[in-house]
Amino acid sequence: MSAQGFANSEQGDILEVSLEKIEGLLKGDYGVSKRTIGLLLLQGDDEITALAESREPDNMSEIKEIINYTGKHYVQPLSYIITLRRQEEASRITGIAVEHLPKANLAFREKLSRVMINPLTGVPILLFVLYYGIYKFVGEFGAGTLVDFIETGIFEKNINPWATQIIKPIIPWQAVRELFVGEYGMITLGVRYAVAIILPVVTTFFVAFAIIEDAGYLPRLALLIDRLFKKIGLTGRAVIPMVLGLGCDTMATMVTRTLPTKRERIIATILLALAVPCSAQLGVILSLLEGNPRGLTVWACAVSLVFLLVGFLSAQILPGDSPSFYMEIPPLRMPKLSNVFIKTYTRVKWYFTEIFPMFILASVLIWIGQLTGLFNLLVKALHSPMRWIGLPDQTAVAFLFGFFRRDYGAAGLYDMKKAALLNGNQLVVACIALTLFLPCIAQFLMNVKERGYKTGVAISVFVLFFSFSAGFLVNFILNILGVSL
Amino acid sequence: MRISDRAEEIMETLWVHTEEEKEEPIGLGIAKGEPAIEELWKSGHIKLIRDKIVLTEKGTSEGRKVVRRHRLAERLFADILDVKKKLVHPLSCEFEHLLHDGTEDNICILLGHPKTCPHGRAIPDGECCRKFKESVGKAVSPLDRLQVNQRGRVAYIQTRDNKALQKLMAMGILPGIPITLIQKFPSFVFQAGQSQFAVDADLASCVYIRL
Repeated sequence: MSAQGFANSEQGDILEVSLEKIEGLLKGDYGVSKRTIGLLLLQGDDEITALAESREPDNMSEIKEIINYTGKHYVQPLSYIITLRRQEEASRITGIAVEHLPKANLAFREKLSRVMINPLTGVPILLFVLYYGIYKFVGEFGAGTLVDFIETGIFEKNINPWATQIIKPIIPWQAVRELFVGEYGMITLGVRYAVAIILPVVTTFFVAFAIIEDAGYLPRLALLIDRLFKKIGLTGRAVIPMVLGLGCDTMATMVTRTLPTKRERIIATILLALAVPCSAQLGVILSLLEGNPRGLTVWACAVSLVFLLVGFLSAQILPGDSPSFYMEIPPLRMPKLSNVFIKTYTRVKWYFTEIFPMFILASVLIWIGQLTGLFNLLVKALHSPMRWIGLPDQTAVAFLFGFFRRDYGAAGLYDMKKAALLNGNQLVVACIALTLFLPCIAQFLMNVKERGYKTGVAISVFVLFFSFSAGFLVNFILNILGVSL
Repeated sequence: MRISDRAEEIMETLWVHTEEEKEEPIGLGIAKGEPAIEELWKSGHIKLIRDKIVLTEKGTSEGRKVVRRHRLAERLFADILDVKKKLVHPLSCEFEHLLHDGTEDNICILLGHPKTCPHGRAIPDGECCRKFKESVGKAVSPLDRLQVNQRGRVAYIQTRDNKALQKLMAMGILPGIPITLIQKFPSFVFQAGQSQFAVDADLASCVYIRL
């Protein structure tokens, strides 16, 4: 608040008098006016109170007394009284300076907004946005057309043979050569997956996300979905990390910081780790189940059911009050091309600098694992859980890859589908288990970083067991009902 | 028997001190031998407990009335008579003694049963306020009970939850702000001034709207 904020308050005003007294007692240098500090102290600002405690060794007890004394004069908290004064002053100024013409009709953007927030019309609009934004644009265009072009057209035809040609004469040892251009080589697998499969999918997702974000659709989606999210211990606010999770769960886990309580942050982290597939996975899963609408439906229902069920149960189990929802609804705007471009660019850049080394590392780890036989051991250990959920042994490789990059694993399945190693049921079960399976190593690290070692590890262990149980259950039900997808 | 102005002022101070600010009773100290104290003691408004002045039940009720008269007078001077703010307090100090049972309620009705004095302190409610609340209570309604497209101004915010108050304050939902309810389901969407907000039913029920 400016120094003139209370200039017209009367002399005998207890708030004004106290403020002046506090100003007189403040001796430290704060870089802003003493009045500002005084006002913040009166409003009980934690940070400034702590700061003043360290800088006013002599006067702080007296200042605190003044604040207590002032507080007793009002029924409501001082922060409220000060806000009221500020509001009065702001109204006085705008009253002089601003004139509002009465609007005859609702503007088009307002009409569109009303249609979006009305559940009767808003839910179809949401489905429309999901269908065209995610399924058509990210799934078909990004994961289909673009991936085909970059993977087949660029990598398989040009880069891979070229790299193999170059590496061969330089490195005579077969084992070391494998590190670069083998089946799991850094270039032939690591770079290919990162650039050819993940990059187009993630980029198209971030374009779609930036458009709906810039248009102002997200707050409208938040208010539409608040009631449902309350059931799973979250509020409409959590819709932003959740939708972002459809792009990249690791980034979304970081964004859970914006949720106001620890309880909400934990629930959101669990759900992101378990039941929100990232765009790279989504892309591969959509192409795996392409031409199998029944399979896609079973997958979508199972994953949504897990999302709601686990959310509901966590909300019951975790202590704490249920959160409250409030959000400003900004006017709808035509997305600006430059905004969309900059947002997409920064996100893709972040994603790529985070993920690219991870892919290379994954290639190296797999190479070491193969060389030492450790990898085979782990794959063998995974064979029984695979059989348990009705999948062929080879899927174990995809699942193990899955830990290094969740999408990596899905892409492994993709190779198996091409080789016709999986039938419809197995494909659906594998997709469900892999969607729910352990977060990729980057997300695992982010879980630990954001939620702390204990909670982060606990969430990951829970997810590991849950994914196999869910896969088992779906396989079991499909067999009992004699359904083949 | 009417008690003196001086005695009324002592009761006012005592009431604010012990009832409103919840402080320990004041010691007798320098007031010893003061005729007004003697008067209050004789008329049964105060008693002395270990040299501390304590209001009796009668004194508490009378002190509350004096405070009410004083703050109503302040409102009257500030809002209706447009007296310079510096003068509000001293004038009210004199005026409070002229108001007596009945007159103060008339002023309260005239002013529309204000809840706080110009300095923001609560005005103790009188019989007239209680009657008013019962009869016209329906003119003020919580936001979650409004009909879609119904409009009004924020009358007050009622919540014991400081966090909820902070959230509403952050949105600028303060007394006097014009509000139009846009939608009730699945969330409460409303226009407040030039902005739109969405809140859940819990928060909406804290905001009372004067229609």
